[in-house]
Amino acid sequence: MKAAVIRFPGSNCDQDCHLVLKEFGFATDYVWHKEDSVAGYDLIVLPGGFSYGDYLRCGAIARFSPVMKSVIEQAKRGVLVMGICNGFQILCESGLLPGALIRNRDLHFICEHVRLRVDNTSNPFLSAAQVGQVLNVPIAHGEGSYTADAATLASLNAEGRVLVRYCDINGKTGDATNPNGALENIAGICNATRNVFGLMPHPERACDAHLGSTDGRVFFQSILATLGKAQAA
Amino acid sequence: MKAKVIVMPKRSILDPQGVAVRDAMRHHGLPGAQSARVGKMIELEVGGATEAQLHEIARDLLSNPVVEDYELVIEK
Repeated sequence: MKAAVIRFPGSNCDQDCHLVLKEFGFATDYVWHKEDSVAGYDLIVLPGGFSYGDYLRCGAIARFSPVMKSVIEQAKRGVLVMGICNGFQILCESGLLPGALIRNRDLHFICEHVRLRVDNTSNPFLSAAQVGQVLNVPIAHGEGSYTADAATLASLNAEGRVLVRYCDINGKTGDATNPNGALENIAGICNATRNVFGLMPHPERACDAHLGSTDGRVFFQSILATLGKAQAA
Repeated sequence: MKAKVIVMPKRSILDPQGVAVRDAMRHHGLPGAQSARVGKMIELEVGGATEAQLHEIARDLLSNPVVEDYELVIEK
């Protein structure tokens, strides 16, 4: 399995992603944002960070990076694309995912472990999880409040494209367990063809017991299982 | 050509910065402060561009139509 971690100027979770992917057995390359091709990979990860200093809007400038044209092409061909935190913002800005991420409700940069409820497992990124499973994964963002218009929200819900929501330890969602004001506690969504996934929390930071949680591993286990099945078929 | 692009959060989107500014105005002795909204203004100097091209830039790069509206003011 081959994975690419895209590096933008200002990416800062690229090494964490690289480390975890390698641990899971992916032959992993860094791909610089000025490259014009990211072809030949089974998985493309857009890591967290502050691409281009978050100038203008988070992810707005990264979207016009040379490499993003190729990421969009690969996504349209069905390659798995996962955007974490700033990567999620870039996916929304580039139109691969609907909606947008705006300033947190209380304006604070929030860096803490949160609980996520798995709402859908019919996708390559959480196929190894259980619906209703509660995961302990950290967030670290200032602009992670997901928003979308009513029609988009309705189709996300109807098509089971909200994969994870912020919740309490019992899986209950609501205002009290919504760290950033995201619409309906949305923490991560996928596209209509279910091969592009963006989420604000950082699963790569929850893959080692020393870091306080290993609940992030299920995302990478799911991806591996999905790709393994695809290869065997 | 000189132009200004004014980008504002859509009315339907909660603007937490605006709320914080409004609250600060109240704390500064203006209890009647009802609303404040925070956007941005971008000044451009561009050679050889049409108005349509500037609209395209304002829509696709300078603003995010999902959450923001823009106004393009061409100065000369």
